[in-house]
Amino acid sequence: MRYGDAVDEARRDMEICNACRYCEGYCAVFPAMELRREFSNADLSYLANLCHDCRGCFYACQYAPPHEFNINLPQAFARLRVETYREYAWPGPLAALFRRNGVVVSLVVAFALAGVLLLTADFQAPSAVYERHTGVGAFYAVIPLDVMIAVGLATFGYSVVALAMGYARFWRDTAAGLKRRVDLGTWRRALGAAATLRNLSGGGFGCNDRNESFSGMRRRLHHAMFYGFIACFAATCVATVYHHVLGWVAPYPLFSVPVVLGTVGGIGLLVGTVGLLILKIVRDPVPGARELLGADVALLLLLAAVAATGLLLLALRASAAMGVLLAVHLGFVLALFLILPYGKFVHGIYRLGALVHYAAETAPARGGERTIE
Amino acid sequence: MSELAGSYDVLVAGGGNAALCAAITAREAGASVLLVEHAPRDFRGGNSRHTRNFRVMHAAPTATLTGAYAEDEYWDDLRRVTAGETDEALARLTIRKSGAALAWMESRGVRFQPSLTGTLSLSRTNAFFLGGGKALLNAYYRTAERLGVVVAYDAEVQDVRLRDVTVESVLIESGGRTMRPRIKTVVVAAGGFQANIDWLRQYWGAAADNFLIRGTPYAKGRVLRNLLDQDVMPIGDPTQCHAVAIDARAPKFDGGIVTRLDVIPFSIVVNREARRFYDEGEDLWPKRYAIWGRLIAQQPGQIAYAITDTKALNLFMPSMYPAITGATIDEIAGKLALDRAALDETVRAYNAAVRQGPFNDKILDGCRTDGLTPPKSHWAQRIDTPPYVAYPLRPGITFTYLGVKVDDQARVVMRNGGRVKNLFAAGEIMAGNILGRGYLAGFGMTIGTVFGCIAGREAATYALR
Repeated sequence: MRYGDAVDEARRDMEICNACRYCEGYCAVFPAMELRREFSNADLSYLANLCHDCRGCFYACQYAPPHEFNINLPQAFARLRVETYREYAWPGPLAALFRRNGVVVSLVVAFALAGVLLLTADFQAPSAVYERHTGVGAFYAVIPLDVMIAVGLATFGYSVVALAMGYARFWRDTAAGLKRRVDLGTWRRALGAAATLRNLSGGGFGCNDRNESFSGMRRRLHHAMFYGFIACFAATCVATVYHHVLGWVAPYPLFSVPVVLGTVGGIGLLVGTVGLLILKIVRDPVPGARELLGADVALLLLLAAVAATGLLLLALRASAAMGVLLAVHLGFVLALFLILPYGKFVHGIYRLGALVHYAAETAPARGGERTIE
Repeated sequence: MSELAGSYDVLVAGGGNAALCAAITAREAGASVLLVEHAPRDFRGGNSRHTRNFRVMHAAPTATLTGAYAEDEYWDDLRRVTAGETDEALARLTIRKSGAALAWMESRGVRFQPSLTGTLSLSRTNAFFLGGGKALLNAYYRTAERLGVVVAYDAEVQDVRLRDVTVESVLIESGGRTMRPRIKTVVVAAGGFQANIDWLRQYWGAAADNFLIRGTPYAKGRVLRNLLDQDVMPIGDPTQCHAVAIDARAPKFDGGIVTRLDVIPFSIVVNREARRFYDEGEDLWPKRYAIWGRLIAQQPGQIAYAITDTKALNLFMPSMYPAITGATIDEIAGKLALDRAALDETVRAYNAAVRQGPFNDKILDGCRTDGLTPPKSHWAQRIDTPPYVAYPLRPGITFTYLGVKVDDQARVVMRNGGRVKNLFAAGEIMAGNILGRGYLAGFGMTIGTVFGCIAGREAATYALR
């Protein structure tokens, strides 16, 4: 057996759920389940990654523990997801980084911070880090621009390749039996579901973010984090165009496009990550999986640190603290780039793959087959 | 436990749908309410935990219902399944109030969903709870607690003491201690007695030991027995229960929906002696599934086996238990510990009698047996394509019909025709007034909701008069 206990438990749960189907209004997992009578390892990997962990099914379940059937689907799927993250990691040997992922992320952060600080001191005169720099090119007096670009591009580029390989491995495995074509419409529906987190709507009434009661908080916090991240990324892209196309050199004024995007994005990222961290602490642990907690908390803390140091850098960029703050901020960013394919971030890649699969297999068929949406 | 020693306007015995509707209604009317649930919190809600929908009269399509379902059609459906064992006035009251109940439920937190699959095509007549009955109960308990209803779990109402036509006191047992709170009125919504095997044995003898109870183990009928022993008027045939065929591997209690098997129309069903005993293809399955619990209860050892082949595997809803498979009928007989020669003979005789027509599982097709006793009238196909497939079956008891008689104010009626002034009943404990026999999907929840609300309103009115 490819994964062992986790896949066996997920299969047992799905076989019971498929005989019940009371939860079919909550999310995409159940309509996808109903298209099957038997659950291969590939099916279970797909379904586990389609699960958004909204927990509606757990609190509604007449078979939840202490019932002897002991159905805890959010937990079973979370445990299986951890295993699929290892399974699809590229290159294979680095899958080991998903074990004790919290520790791994902490170490990467420590080395990245130390590395950037040391190299900064090494490249420049050590005093440059602690001096006040203002005016055009102030940042690059601390860390030269070409070094920033080279390290950034190399690490981020590598991560993009590794994530793409992971997506390909996930897709090859889980979509091998998919009989429907993936076309532009499929991608449109899948990206729509991902961008709106439609599956975190709990059938329109909210999710069980903390306990039996319903709320839309987790969905909103995830939106703040996700769109914050996108805004920060967009800020970097705009700044690149400013620099290389228009020849405008940073720092940019407070009300310039890159600074506004970065500020709004940074605040969204900070609010989202801190909120999600608090939710993780206060929520009912029973439908969760401890195996995922380290990776979850590590990525949230890292993103929060990137956002917080970025905002602090903006606030204090005219002071003598700028040099150290810049090095620390870029240390966190470097750690994030390095860890993207080997941390909780990969959930988004496989979830997107699962949503594409779902959009394909539930697409309105020309022949008038059944549709679910 | 201190809450059980307090003073309340209304005491509600039970913790399922009807009890919650009564408690919420009474509290909203200004009464102080104590709800006494026998089960612990994790298993609260009686059989409502296993329900999924609610049958509702409506004049036009709604967000979750298609078409229209008028009072007369609803009444006709009920009259047909009960074969007249109903009270038309109470039945029509229930039907008429079911329409407005939908909005009442939604405003107390219950969520509905459009029906999708596996639901016997009920999207016109029945509104489906998003997440099922337990989600409905969670919503009601949250609402009740927010309103200030006091909820006591792990507490059993053992005695509702009547004196003439008044409840004098109520005895509650919890954690080894007994208490008598001061109360003005009582709503009993404590269910039937289907989980009380000793009681079932009175009518079924030792066969009752082989019954599986599909729902809560807490439906012992203690309050029902207590009231009938004090000359409350019984209603409904005490010997009858709703029983379907479920997988024999199901747990004794609380297996719920996932243990049901819809394979019978596509199989032959044999008893312990490997003989067939009833027409498996008599009529469409939704019209026949509820007779098979009784049929198997009448067989030796209360066990039967559905046997078919690989052609049937995708024709019915999956159940939680895997099929027992074998490359030959002989292997199946071995796995089921049936007489090999007898099973072989039964299958041969059946196969020889099959007159194959075009097979269609959606209609009363022409696939039938010729010259076989008992016949299989539809969906008869030769059992000839290995792997062969078998499922063990036992009677699964859903609910009992015996209850207490009530009037249109949910007030409990005595044998002498008198009304108990401060005692009201709702839910399964009085459903026999309206559903005296048979079954109508989602109607138990309708009776519970409508009479729960009536009982809560009347109890509060009496207590606050």
